[in-house]
Amino acid sequence: MSNAPRLTSLDALHRALGATMTDFAGWDMPLRYGSERDEHNAVRTRAGLFDLSHMGEITVTGPEAMKALNYALVGNIATIGLGRARYTMICQEDGGIVDDLIVYRLGESEYMVVANAGNAQIVLDAITERAAGFDAEVRDDRDAYALIAVQGPESPGILKSVTDADLDGLKYYAGLPGTVAGVPALIARTGYTGEDGFELFVAPEHAEGLWRALTEAGQDAGLVPCGLSCRDTLRLEAGMPLYGHELTTALTPFDAGLGRVVKFEKDGDFVGREALAAAAEKAEATPPRKLVGLIAEGRRVPRAGFSVVAGGEVVGEVTSGAPSPTLGKPIAIAYVDAAHAAPGTEGVGIDIRGTHEAYEVVALPFYKRQK
Amino acid sequence: MSNPQQLRYSKEHEWLSSAEDGVSTVGITEHAANALGDVVYVQLPEVGDTVTAGETCGELESTKSVSDLYSPVTGEVVAANQDVVDDPSLVNSAPFEDGWLFKVKVTDEPGDLLSADEYTDFAS
Repeated sequence: MSNAPRLTSLDALHRALGATMTDFAGWDMPLRYGSERDEHNAVRTRAGLFDLSHMGEITVTGPEAMKALNYALVGNIATIGLGRARYTMICQEDGGIVDDLIVYRLGESEYMVVANAGNAQIVLDAITERAAGFDAEVRDDRDAYALIAVQGPESPGILKSVTDADLDGLKYYAGLPGTVAGVPALIARTGYTGEDGFELFVAPEHAEGLWRALTEAGQDAGLVPCGLSCRDTLRLEAGMPLYGHELTTALTPFDAGLGRVVKFEKDGDFVGREALAAAAEKAEATPPRKLVGLIAEGRRVPRAGFSVVAGGEVVGEVTSGAPSPTLGKPIAIAYVDAAHAAPGTEGVGIDIRGTHEAYEVVALPFYKRQK
Repeated sequence: MSNPQQLRYSKEHEWLSSAEDGVSTVGITEHAANALGDVVYVQLPEVGDTVTAGETCGELESTKSVSDLYSPVTGEVVAANQDVVDDPSLVNSAPFEDGWLFKVKVTDEPGDLLSADEYTDFAS
């Protein structure tokens, strides 16, 4: 296998738009087209267009597709209605998080699992192995789809102008097949920005036409192309975890404060059940470090790996940090010892290259859109 | 992007104006500003500090990273641009003008500063 980064079907378009590209999980992806702050603000106030074709699609079909996924993942797949989506996770036998996922139920016994680009192969292998005892087929659909997202308050209006699909009837975390700008698409009302928005799964050969149609449809509303840099600050403000930062194989969903995704009450066994039950008990009795938000009083920016400090002692670690365009201050997500994790705890700071900068402890998220 | 002819440039992507009464102005180039992305925090040397050619004298922080600021010459800092400290985006919007960083009374300068054309080749 070559080590050259993979290119999405929109690569030539990104270059024509003057994008700064970056290697992300083995893909050459747009980092930003102009100012990442302007792109961020466009998504918060108007709309942004993203190429997310690096995400990994895995389709599971067959009479026991639901049972196979119920065994492979920690969520209760049996309760996902037709045309709905669910945020869930896949864990190791020891409870460690392999990846966080969105599962779309596309048909009576057809599911699409969307994994992070960097984990797609591992997730595909794990689901394939775990589904082996079931009457279900696991298909690698990574090359079958390009993924374009339209996010932001203007996104419903923009999308409506290029599709007849019933977007008003499409709830958050739902998906339906339709036609957008003349091409077949799976239209999902999902996203990773904290705004209303849509993710459009289309055949790669249709991606460029769709991108151009959306660009034109969004022109008056102020839609701009957006790179991964603002995607990261948008999800950070919205308090959404990122695999490799807030989520790793060394942590269980309970460590990450996301124990609610684990459904012990579902039928049948699932990989990690025993270890996760123990983790749930431990989280209840002796809460480990908690995931909190930190807001800077100064202007220096915390980065992943920086120590959280209190009274000269290390009490935690930053998992993500960035200047927040919406708050106008640097923010961070960090795992902090329970004793210092309550919102408003005094005397907490971050060690930024040897200087202890004061930070305010807050509950996540930093930003919640008005509905 | 074009690099002003009247300036000279370091390989650390700083520019240096020609001296007036022995004082030169220092900033970072448009190429460097573009590579950094939106600058959100600037730490500059203080008036009275001695800076040394090729050594760090501050830092520039952008959304994605932090970079050291190197002085292109040796001398004493006689002014720091408070406007840039208050509004770091000036580094992106006007790197050769309002986004200047500090002024230095030059006592020594290295022999390897580049002309605009040499820097354009170097940065491409």
